[in-house]
Amino acid sequence: MSLRPDLAVIAAHVAPGSRVLDIGCGDGELMAALRDERGADARGMEIDPAKVELCVSRGLPVIQGDANSDLAFYPDGTFDYAILSQTLQTTERPDQMLDELLRVGRKAFVSFPNFAHWRVRLALLWQGRMPVTRELPQSWYDTPNIHHLTIRDFHDLLAAKGVKVERCWFLSDGQQIGRWGANWLAQAAVFQISR
Amino acid sequence: MATKLAPACRSIALPAPLPLDSGQALDRVKIAYETYGELAADRGNAILVCHALTGDQHLASPHPITGKPGWWDRMVGPGKPIDTNRFHVICANVIGSCMGSTGPASLASDGKPYGMRFPVITIRDMVRAQIALLDALGIARLHAVVGGSMGGMQVLSLAANFPDRVERVLAIATTARHSAQNIAFHEVGRQAIMADPNWQAGDYYSTETSPDAGLAVARMAAHITYLSETGLTEKFGRRLQERDEKGFGFDADFQIESYLRYQGLTFTSRFDANSYLYITRAMDYFDLAEEHGGKLADAFAASRARFFLVSFDTDWLYPTAESRSVVHALNAAGAPVSFLELSAPFGHDSFLLDVPALDRVIRGFLEQ
Repeated sequence: MSLRPDLAVIAAHVAPGSRVLDIGCGDGELMAALRDERGADARGMEIDPAKVELCVSRGLPVIQGDANSDLAFYPDGTFDYAILSQTLQTTERPDQMLDELLRVGRKAFVSFPNFAHWRVRLALLWQGRMPVTRELPQSWYDTPNIHHLTIRDFHDLLAAKGVKVERCWFLSDGQQIGRWGANWLAQAAVFQISR
Repeated sequence: MATKLAPACRSIALPAPLPLDSGQALDRVKIAYETYGELAADRGNAILVCHALTGDQHLASPHPITGKPGWWDRMVGPGKPIDTNRFHVICANVIGSCMGSTGPASLASDGKPYGMRFPVITIRDMVRAQIALLDALGIARLHAVVGGSMGGMQVLSLAANFPDRVERVLAIATTARHSAQNIAFHEVGRQAIMADPNWQAGDYYSTETSPDAGLAVARMAAHITYLSETGLTEKFGRRLQERDEKGFGFDADFQIESYLRYQGLTFTSRFDANSYLYITRAMDYFDLAEEHGGKLADAFAASRARFFLVSFDTDWLYPTAESRSVVHALNAAGAPVSFLELSAPFGHDSFLLDVPALDRVIRGFLEQ
């Protein structure tokens, strides 16, 4: 089983034996990899009951909950890492979500689709409509992605909050690409951040 | 009576008095229990199932009085979610009850029934009795402890008070403390029993009568809390009972009236009114945080078990928020915990009924 590219990046960089919270853990793919390959103590939060059911059946401790409200119930510094993959753009307040991630986790991994990828830019430029791409397959009216962002936007937010970028990775068609031109060329980005 | 799953029905006498939260001790305690499935050579495959308020040890075998299938027959058995081909499943009648374990109808040392001389017990006292049974059976560590409603309270209490005795903790449709509303409904039931002239201050065992009318009303009031409004509307609506028009009297005109009366009536044939008083009292006294210095997270500080809490979206007796507060406490204690709110139309009783998702998650959790 191969992990989604952004999850593979995260899995490869979580220190062995860490305590990890995967927020929006889905069917527990990343949690299982972290547990089995990194010896991590991985916990999850997921809003979809069918996915929680799958996780429980895989022996993964997952709480059905809404990241927008339920992270508040975790004490400060509970985890070595808080992970939010492809979810930041769906949260009610991404800025507050970042604060919560770095409250419950000493470090955080955040991955998101880059709305400044050239295909998105061209689609908007030529068609004059909200882009529908492979990475962003929903229409504007039914997409869960209510806060689209670009790599540059994310850098700006981190800078404004005084959050440190420890490492970052840029992905195009599942392959890592360099930093140069990433805001044009990357479909997704992964950031490892800390206070 | 043919049973596809032959249980071992047993009873033991505890070798020592059982200390109680009230400060008293209960002498000569008998515990009636059933087991299903083989105990493994390493004694590592035992699952304790804790029953609810009016439940009993007849988990997956016909009830000796009503002849109905065991209360969790759908969940426990060969190949079922709690698979007796793999697990040794134990279910004991709680103390204070009336199906073979020591309770108010049992004889005190003077040879007469305890009646109201029976000491007030708590959920933790019930759990102490369960642990004493496990000691007697030579089971040091449970694969899992499982229960819904009051069974779930025992499950949480066992995990908090005997953290070394269990590896997996599965609490369904339950709470860590009885709310004012919970206590209020119980008090209605108790007052109904005590208002029945046949109750006679609990000393009715030697008479020909028992407070059946009061107990039936108690059961009727409680039964409403086990169902959901949508469930009641779907099942009964305003439909009339075997008549075309309202009777302009106080017979059971409506199907729901007839149903509740039947529930109340049949209950009295299998349950002792004093047991109902004592067990509801134990539930009302339950506040797991209070037992542990006021902070629920501290109750679970010593636990190394994996926890799973399940609630139902139509359960207004122990609503999802109650399970969530337990989950938050477990989080704060750093315990590995899963939580799932299932959607089911049956209200609190959902844990006993046909909810396929519950079957799947119970199996998944126990087999991991």
